[in-house]
This record gives sequence, structure tokens and C-alpha cells, in this order.
Amino acid sequence: MTGSIEFPTSEPASQMQLASFTQETLALTRRLFLQLARRPSTLIAGVLQPVIWLILFGALFSNAPEELLPGGMSYGRFLGAGVIVFTAFSGALNAGLPVMFDREFGFLNRLLVAPLISRSSIVLASVIYITATTLIQCFSIMAMASFLGYGWPEPGGLLLTVLTLVILVFAVTAISLGLAFSLPGHIELIAVIFVVNLPLLFASTALAPISFMPAWLGWLATINPLTFAIEPIRAAYGGSVDLHTVLIHAPYGDVNGFGCLAILMGLSIGLFFLIRPMLNRKLA
Amino acid sequence: MSLIELQEVVKTYGSVKALRGLNLSIPEGCLYGLLGPNGSGKTTTLRILSTLLEPDSGQVHVAGFNVLGNPRAVRTRLGFVAQDIALDKILTGRELLQLQGDLYHLRSSVKDLRIAELTARLDMDSWIDRRCGSYSGGMKRRLDLAAGLLHQPKVLVLDEPTVGLDIESRTTIWNLLRELKSLGTTILLSSHYLEEVDVLADRMAIMDNGRVIAEGTPADLKKELGGDRITLRVQEFSDENESEEVRSLLSSINEVSHVVINRSQGFSLNLVVDDQNVLPLIRQCLERAGFSIFSLSQSRPSLDDVYLRSTGKTLMDAELELAGKRDVKLESKKAMR
Ligand SMILES: Nc1ncnc2c1ncn2[C@@H]1O[C@H](COP(=O)(O)OP(=O)(O)OP(=O)(O)O)[C@@H](O)[C@H]1O
Ligand SMILES: [Mg+2]
Repeated sequence: MTGSIEFPTSEPASQMQLASFTQETLALTRRLFLQLARRPSTLIAGVLQPVIWLILFGALFSNAPEELLPGGMSYGRFLGAGVIVFTAFSGALNAGLPVMFDREFGFLNRLLVAPLISRSSIVLASVIYITATTLIQCFSIMAMASFLGYGWPEPGGLLLTVLTLVILVFAVTAISLGLAFSLPGHIELIAVIFVVNLPLLFASTALAPISFMPAWLGWLATINPLTFAIEPIRAAYGGSVDLHTVLIHAPYGDVNGFGCLAILMGLSIGLFFLIRPMLNRKLA
Repeated sequence: MSLIELQEVVKTYGSVKALRGLNLSIPEGCLYGLLGPNGSGKTTTLRILSTLLEPDSGQVHVAGFNVLGNPRAVRTRLGFVAQDIALDKILTGRELLQLQGDLYHLRSSVKDLRIAELTARLDMDSWIDRRCGSYSGGMKRRLDLAAGLLHQPKVLVLDEPTVGLDIESRTTIWNLLRELKSLGTTILLSSHYLEEVDVLADRMAIMDNGRVIAEGTPADLKKELGGDRITLRVQEFSDENESEEVRSLLSSINEVSHVVINRSQGFSLNLVVDDQNVLPLIRQCLERAGFSIFSLSQSRPSLDDVYLRSTGKTLMDAELELAGKRDVKLESKKAMR
């Protein structure tokens, strides 16, 4: 057999496999960052929009009575957590777009013809890229919020904030990648992103506490994943990192900090399992 | 030993039968041409070889490995240059090649060396560090070809690599393919340019409607046809009835064979004659029936004649016929992964 003469070991040792997997994943990630460096507009727009929200909404309610919000928090500080989570959410929702364009322009075929160790490198590159970029966006928002006088969390709170954001970003990235492989084209994907974005924001505790909402909206807000990310971060901004504290008084019961993180984590893992068969099929 | 082997391969897209029992066997070190009109199934065949598409049935081996059973072994040994060039507009040519090198797990030193070699060989020095979005068709083709060659594949598969190219780019590619062949690479290229296959290929197959209808060296295929080709018109533009009448007249002459009406050329007639002396006979026969000869040209057999002979259509006819039936946009949508 001529084929095997050049490649004496038909399967490379597992260590070499790992090195090769790293090589392909880094190369795919590098490509995404090169694209970003040369076309930074989406990254910048992803920061500008929440900054504007922060400034406008913060100003809108700046003269509200002091005891209006639970714990006598200023509206700006209340809003901060919501806007940070919104930034992460809408940033991660875009994760599928580069993949969708690769499908449409046939670039994905170039990857599929190559002898990748595992095609999960394509997915992993997207996850690394989108996690890094959304965290950069979130930190910009946090810096802006701190500049506006809405505070900055303690080190423990900062850790909790980053952890919460990362888990949320994983979950949303999974949704977006799933959509990118199941919708027919980028127009449909952008439409879904557009339609999902704001309603999820409004039906969460990003802009107002549950006590302000009618019962039906309160229900929606307490099952909205964004709320489970917003409340721990809001608590962190309020100086509390005790995960035993009840953060959400939902109609179905109280949810503490652990509960919030566990729900987000479960969602994230569940979604990756859900999209796995589809990714396997499309990338088979 | 054959490095590419397809046996009884069938592939359907919904109700469209793209391949209906295709057989092909390409020996090691051969530059093989796959000739066929639009829609005959060339791209489908090559996509199956590249592991992008699974056949419905049949056996497919590349470099001794089954494409279904061991796709990764096939991928490491195969260079694939697709019909539709997919580059990343935002990357430079060099960055694309670097990415490609990493996808094939080349060591960093080998990668840089190969990129330098191919850049020089394909005359890409002056623009390789510009973004792909600014490239002309010829530049894109050359870069895409370089990407396919980066890992020094044993087997190279190219889908219509010179279509729509300027002469300079085409010549560069032809020369490179000849050079690769002399170094032992097995090459399969599809084309619907007869001249390209005629000049370039050691062996060739003609595909029509998802099957191979003729196979051999270009010279053999032409020799098999024998005789001289004659193209004849009794008027500048005949109609179907008139041509039919002339066809039956000519067919009755013993030394004349394979009379075919060429619909795409104003119902002119193509025929094969055994020797020169038949011409006066043809003239007499037509004049007796009241026809005169408007024009007559004579040539050695070409590959177009092979196609005409095997299918009863010229390549051009076949293309026109299919062009109306296909929805290319829909196909590329369906081909999306
Ligand atoms: N994705 C698809 N979905 C449906 N039909 C398809 C698809 N791809 C190809 N076909 C059909 O299959 C047949 C073979 O197509 P194929 O693309 O293999 O031909 P080809 O010889 O490469 O043609 P061309 O010279 O135009 O590139 C055609 O009838 C075509 O319409
Ligand atoms: Mg084709």
C-alpha cells in the first residue's frame, strides 16, 4: 500500500493528536481574531449600545424617590448589572454569524476537506473567540458604569461576575451555534437575533425589579435565564457574594445565588448536549 | 495500482440522479481528465472523492483508503481544489495559507518553507500579503491551488481549475500540473474544455448524465473514431426536415458513417468518411436529389467528435439543454452544510 509508506504509524500517538488538535483550534481562533482586528465595528457597536442605555436609562430615573428600589439602591447601580448581562447576552448571540457566513460562502468546506483531528475544533474556536470578545465588551461597560459612579465590585464579587458571565455566554453561544447550523441563511439568523434580543431584556429584571411588574411578566422574568445572571451580579455590585442569600422571590419559590448559578450551568450543559447531534450531523 | 477508484457509484439529490453507476479507475502518477458538459456529474464525483459528499451506493477509494471507512486517511493524502473558490476576504493570501497549513498540521518550519516555494512557483510574491478581497479571478485561483498543494498531497483533485481564466494564469496552472505529474502526483481534473483535456491529460473519461461514456487516452479515443470529420451544409441555415432528408441520403452511401445533425450549428451535418475519394460521391448524391453544397469543411477527429459520437449531441448542445433546467442558486443552497 503506497499510502501507508509515507505515514508509518497509521494513527499518531495521542500526545501528537493533542498537539495537532491545539494547532487547528488555535489557527481557527486566530482567524476569527484577525477578522475582528480588521473589522472591529461589531465589537464597538456591541459596547456603544449598552453604554447609551446606561447613560440614558440612568438619567431617566435619576430623580426617582430614594426608597423606590429594594435596598434603596440608586437606579444607575441597579441598571448596571442588567446592562452588563445584556451586553454579554447580545454579544454571544452573534457567535453563530461567522459560522453561518462560512457555511454560505463555502469556507466551511475548506475546513471539512482538511484532516482535522476533531471537528469540535471549529466549535471550540467559536466559543473561545466569543467568550473573549464578550468579556472585553463587558469590562468596557463595567468601566463605564464605574465612571458614571455606579460602583465596582469587590474582588470576590468581580470573580462571581466573571463566572456568571462566562456560564451565560456558553449557554447563549450554544443556542447561536445551533441556530447557525439549522437556519437556512444569515438573513434568518439575524432576524432571530433581532427578534429575541430586546424582549428577553424587557422580560428580565435588567430594567426593573419583579415587584414593579404585573404578575404575568413577573413569571416570565423569573424563568428568564438573563435574570439568573443579572441577580448574582447585582448582588456582587451591592457588596454581597454570599451565595446562600435569596436573590429571586419567584412565584414558584425562592432562588439563592447557588440556585442561579446552578440553573445557568445546567442550561449551558443541556444546550451543548442538545445541539451536539446536530453539529455531529452537519460536521460529520 | 490505481490511486482513485470508483465502482458503481450512485448519487441522487432528491429526484435528480446525478450519478448513475459511475466507474472510474485512475492509475498512480496519471494526469487524468474528466470531461463532461454542465450537469453531467463532475462536481458530484469530485466532492465524493473529497469526502464532502457521501455516495448513496458504490465503492470509493482514494490512495487505497475507503472514503467512508477512513475519511481522515483520505483527507491527509488528498489536495482538493473546488469549483467555487472560497477564500476569506479579510485575510491576506499568506494568512490563508498559514491557516491551511495548520489545518493539515504542518510543522511551522515546513509550513513557511512550502508557502515560500509555492508563492514563488505561482508568481504570487507581489500580492500574497494583500487581502484576498482585492484579488482578481486569476489570483484567487492560484492562491486556492497553492492552498490545495501546501501539504504535498499524493493525489490532487481539481474541479474546473481554469474556467474563466486569462491565458497567463491558465498557462501557469497547466505548467504546474505537468510539473507535479512529473514529480509523481496523481492528478484528476474536470473540465468542459476539450482542448484542455486534449493537451494536458494522459488519460481521460467523458461523462454524460452521471455515467462514463468513453474512456482512454485522448489519442486512442480519437483514433477509434477513425476517418476524417466532415461538416457540411446545404444552406446557410437549414431546418430540421431538410437536414433529416440530407442525413438519410448521406447515410445510404457506404463509405460514409456516423451522420449526425448538429442542432446548435444551424442544423449542419457532421459525418465521418473513410477516405478522400468519397467527397465527389457525396456531391453527386446530393445534386441528384436537388441539393447543392453551401459549405464543406474537413478535419481530423477531435474530442468534440468523440462526445458527439457517444451522445449524439455536441458538448454545446448538451450544455444548452441542461442550462435551462438547473437552478444553480438552489443547488448551492442545498449543498450548504
Ligand atoms: N446540491 C444539489 N441539489 C440538487 N441537485 C443538484 C445539486 N448539485 C448538483 N445537482 C444536480 O446534479 C447533476 C450533476 O451536477 P454536478 O454539479 O455534479 O455537475 P457538473 O458536471 O459539475 O456541472 P458543471 O459543469 O456545471 O460544474 C445536475 O443535474 C445538477 O442539477
Ligand atoms: Mg461542476
